[in-house]
Formats: sequence, C-alpha cells, structure tokens
Amino acid sequence: MPFIELDTVEKIFTVRRKTGLIRREKREVRAVDGISFGVDRGEMVGYIGPNGAGKSTTIKMLTGILTPTGGRLRVAGIDPARERTRLAQRIGVVFGQRTTLWWDLPLKDSYRLMHRMYRIPDARYRENLDRCVDLLDLEELLDVPVRQLSLGQRMRGDIAAALLHDPDVLYLDEPTIGLDVVSKARVREFLRDLNTTHGTTVLLTTHDLTDIEQLCSRVMVIDHGRLMYDGELAGLHAVGESERLLVVDLERELPPITDVPGARFVRSEGPRQWLAFPATASAAPLVAAVAARHPLLDLSVREPDIEAVIAKMYGGTREERRESLM
Amino acid sequence: MADSLRTYRMVAGMWIRSTMTYRASFALTVFTSFCVTFFDFVVILLMFGQVRGLGGFSFAEVALLYGLTGTSFGIADLTMGSLQRMGKRVRDGSLDTFLMRPAPLLAQVAADKFALRRFGRVAQGLMVLVWALVLLDVAWTPVKVLLLPMTVVCGAVIFAAVMVLGASTLFWMQDAAEVTNSFTYGGNTLLQYPPTIFAQELVRGVVYVVPLAFVNWLPALHILGRPAPAGMPDAAAFASPLVAAVCCAVAGLAWRAGIRSYRSTGS
Ligand SMILES: Nc1ncnc2c1ncn2[C@@H]1O[C@H](COP(=O)(O)OP(=O)(O)OP(=O)(O)O)[C@@H](O)[C@H]1O
Ligand SMILES: [Mg+2]
Repeated sequence: MPFIELDTVEKIFTVRRKTGLIRREKREVRAVDGISFGVDRGEMVGYIGPNGAGKSTTIKMLTGILTPTGGRLRVAGIDPARERTRLAQRIGVVFGQRTTLWWDLPLKDSYRLMHRMYRIPDARYRENLDRCVDLLDLEELLDVPVRQLSLGQRMRGDIAAALLHDPDVLYLDEPTIGLDVVSKARVREFLRDLNTTHGTTVLLTTHDLTDIEQLCSRVMVIDHGRLMYDGELAGLHAVGESERLLVVDLERELPPITDVPGARFVRSEGPRQWLAFPATASAAPLVAAVAARHPLLDLSVREPDIEAVIAKMYGGTREERRESLM
Repeated sequence: MADSLRTYRMVAGMWIRSTMTYRASFALTVFTSFCVTFFDFVVILLMFGQVRGLGGFSFAEVALLYGLTGTSFGIADLTMGSLQRMGKRVRDGSLDTFLMRPAPLLAQVAADKFALRRFGRVAQGLMVLVWALVLLDVAWTPVKVLLLPMTVVCGAVIFAAVMVLGASTLFWMQDAAEVTNSFTYGGNTLLQYPPTIFAQELVRGVVYVVPLAFVNWLPALHILGRPAPAGMPDAAAFASPLVAAVCCAVAGLAWRAGIRSYRSTGS
C-alpha cells in the first residue's frame, strides 16, 4: 500500500462575490477536482503545475489543514483531517510563502518549543539540530528573532524546523522561492542527502524546473485541479511536445534560417535569430548544421520552463505558447 | 484535555519567559493596566458618594457583584484573551501554522502571545471582592462560603466558553469580532450592576438566552438573601457548574465545526 494515497480527492471552495450593493453571487471553485495518486515510502516526487492549479490546496489537505470536499485521502494510514495532531508527528511541512516559526522569537526558542511540542527525545533533538545547523549554515542565526531574518535565511530555518522530529514525509511548497543561486544549491543538496540517507519521502512543489531536474525521478503535473501527467520528467517533454530554443547570433542581418531540418524559425531581431526544436532532440547536429550553412558568431540554447511545457501540453494558443517560450 | 493543558503551559510559559527578559517594561505594563482597571472602580465609588445605593442595592452589595464578575472575567481574559486575534488569523490564513503542529489548536491559539499584564484585571477584581466581603453584613453559612469560589470559577469558565464560541463564529464570519466582544466585555460591564436597574427583557435575555446571569447575579443574590431575577427558582444559584458545562460543550462543538470549515487562503 502506498505511503501517501489519494483517491478522487476533491476540494471545492464556494466564493461569494459582491455584484451589487447587497446582491452576492455564489461561485464554486474546484481547486482540486478528483485527483488520485500514490506515493511510496522513500520516493521524491515533484508536484508541479501553473499558478492556481491546486498544488498548495492538495498539500494543505495532506496536512489536515483543509478538509477535503470529497474523496479519500491517507498519509501513513492516517486520515489527515480527522487525526490531524497524530499525523503532525509523522510529517514535516515547509511553506515557502509562510513561516511556521514564531515570528517574534529567536530561532532557537522556536526550536526549543518544537522540541517539547513534538516530544522529541533529547539526544535525537540535539543530533538533528546539530546536523541541520551545520548543513544549512544556521549557527549565526540562532539568536535572531525570526522577523529579522532574510527570506533565504528564514527558509533555511523553516526547513530545519520541519525536520527536528524525524518526519517520515516532508511536504515542501515552493521551498526555493526567492532564494539566490547559492542558497538554492545548498537546499537542494540538503534535500537530496535527506532522501538518500534517511529515506524521507518528499513531495515537492515548485516553479523552478531545475529543482525537479536535480531532485525528483518522478513528476506529477496538475492543471485546473486535475492530474495531467504522472511519470518521469524526460517523458513530460515528450508528451508535451515541448520545444527548446536555439538563439543564434549571425555576422550580419540575414534572411530567416529555414534550411535546417528539425528546426523551426521563430523570429529574428537584426542579426539575432530564434529557432525552435523538439526538446527531446539533441542540439548538437542542429548547431553543426547551422554553423555549416551560415556565418555563425555565437549561440545559446534555452530550455523550456515548466510553465511553457504545461501551456503547450494543455490548451493555449500557439501565440501564447511562443510568448511563454521567450 | 491533558494534552491541551500541557500545550497551554508550554506555549504560555515560553511567552512569559520572553517578556520577562525586559523586566522593567514588564513591571510598567502590569502597573499601568492595573491603574486603568482600577479607575473603573473609582468611578463607581464616586457615584456612590452621590447616591446611597443603586436599584435598591447598597454600596457593598454592588461591590460584591462587581468583584465577582470582574475576577471571573479577568481570569477568562487572561487565559483566553488571545482569541481576539482569531479573526485576523482566519482572514490571513496564519492559522495554517498552528494546524500543522501536533497539539490541540485551541490551546495553541489561546496561549499564543500570552500576556501576564492581563493579570492586572484579575488582581483588581479580587481586591474589590475582598473589600465587598469585609463591608458586607451577611449571615455566612458553610454553603454560602463554598458558593463564592465556585461562582468565581464557574463564571470564568462561562466567560471563556462564550469567548471560544465567539471565536468559532469567526471561521464563518471573519468580521464578527465586535459582536463577540459585546457579549464578553459588554456582559462583564452589565453584570457589575444589580439586575434591578435593567429592563426586564434584558434581564430575561441574560438569564435564558446568553446565560451570563449565572456568572454572578444568581449566586450573589442568593448570598445576599435576595430573590432570583426573571422568575428563576432560588436553587438556580447553584446551577452555575451545570450552565458552565453546557456552555463548554456548545463552544467545543462550534469550535470543531469551525476547524472543519476553515478554508485557509489562496497564497
Ligand atoms: N481559501 C480559498 N478560498 C477560495 N479559493 C481558494 C482558496 N485557496 C485556494 N483557492 C483557489 O483554489 C485554486 C487553487 O489554489 P492553490 O493555492 O492550490 O494553487 P497553487 O497550485 O498552489 O498555485 P500557485 O502556484 O500560484 O501557488 C485557485 O483558483 C485559488 O483561487
Ligand atoms: Mg501554491
């Protein structure tokens, strides 16, 4: 039996909107619209989709914060909404948008309170704290009130807080949002290590495809509250027929390059031209072909980002897609 | 229940420790809050300088009412006052954080930012109560003596239950905080005066609808040897524990239902 199990789970929000002075209109938002999947112990899964797809709502239901409108949901055999506090002992949650720490207290007071609230054995607590402080570089931040921490510092503090009690599962909702390159790399390194050495199951939401590429062997894509894809990341590119872009700088302004097989001319701007090619194809022969036929100065390859892949997979006009590719 | 108490102690303890780090400012806030509430009483005192009684009640008798409700309300406010912030928490979704932790939600929210300065209100209520007891000329019986502490405790529980009930409604109506306050703060003010000065409809409402009369009126009237208001039997003076239990049950159910319909926020 999978460790995390969802069976046609739904969450419908009823929103009232003012349409007149007193008149109000009721509208239903199907934030999660019948999602089913299972995640096994020790898996590290990416959960992606465009804004408003229903990712955060799913995670909140998996935590017990929100009660599902319909369907069945189990985490470690526990119904989250029904036994929220019991489940809390087994899971760690990081919301990139919101801290779980006590805003006015120094980081280390927050940790001390977690120690007692989660009833973590002393030795365990010390060991876990030391490891997190070391790997996430928190030493200098321990005495600083949370509200004074920068976004990246706070995020590292939050990740440590979610792991002090050795959770079996870790949910991360945009854990790398707003982080600089160095911090992102450190967080990813830490998560990979956590997954391999501790076997922690990780469910990760992000808009940064690199997070997924570097961490997750499996990715789930949702859009409008429905599961659109569940499989390997590479497979996503094939299914989505996504395109990469080759940006070529020629010696001078030339007519559009249309004589290279496998490449599609997108647009030009002076001596610079944009060519699209399937994401699953190799760029090398293409580059060789362009170089052989045209006076080439410089070139670069742009990877399609998640939004573009999804936009291409499901709906959206060709124009929109092209814009999102650039 | 044990879990809730443990959580409450833990969180409140941490906030006390963190406020104690600034000892001088802490002493100052306790002192000012005591002064503010004490002026309330001075106002009543001055009023009695002019009139020799209120609705047929003597100065000491009104002081008993004032002391009882003041102490009860003070205790409820000290322990549950942080529920004031529930409306904001529901609206901005910051309740999410509390719901992630392995501890009962109510204890966490009630103990959050626990402010010892609210103790000033309790101290003031107690002082007035002691004063009233010294001045009063009552034929004390063991039953009446026992009735006093019971009244204070049950009163506090009833106020606390009303506060929880009010906080629960905020899950559905996030702007109803004012309505809740009118029942708690407003109720406290009302109960400071003898029921004889109010309109009968109001008194009946306070007895039968929102049972705040059980906080002090009914037991105090019994102690003073006066008839119960609004046609209540005399034995109603001892019904406070029952009323408190019913209030707690209702508040508990409402709170649970509230959590289930909590919807967080979109971001
Ligand atoms: N508390 C709420 N009340 C009403 N509607 C909500 C609420 N929370 C979410 N929604 C709606 O549900 C849908 C899904 O929201 P959700 O926050 O799950 O999206 P998301 O996938 O996390 O998006 P993002 O990438 O922008 O974080 C959105 O249409 C949103 O407007
Ligand atoms: Mg989100």
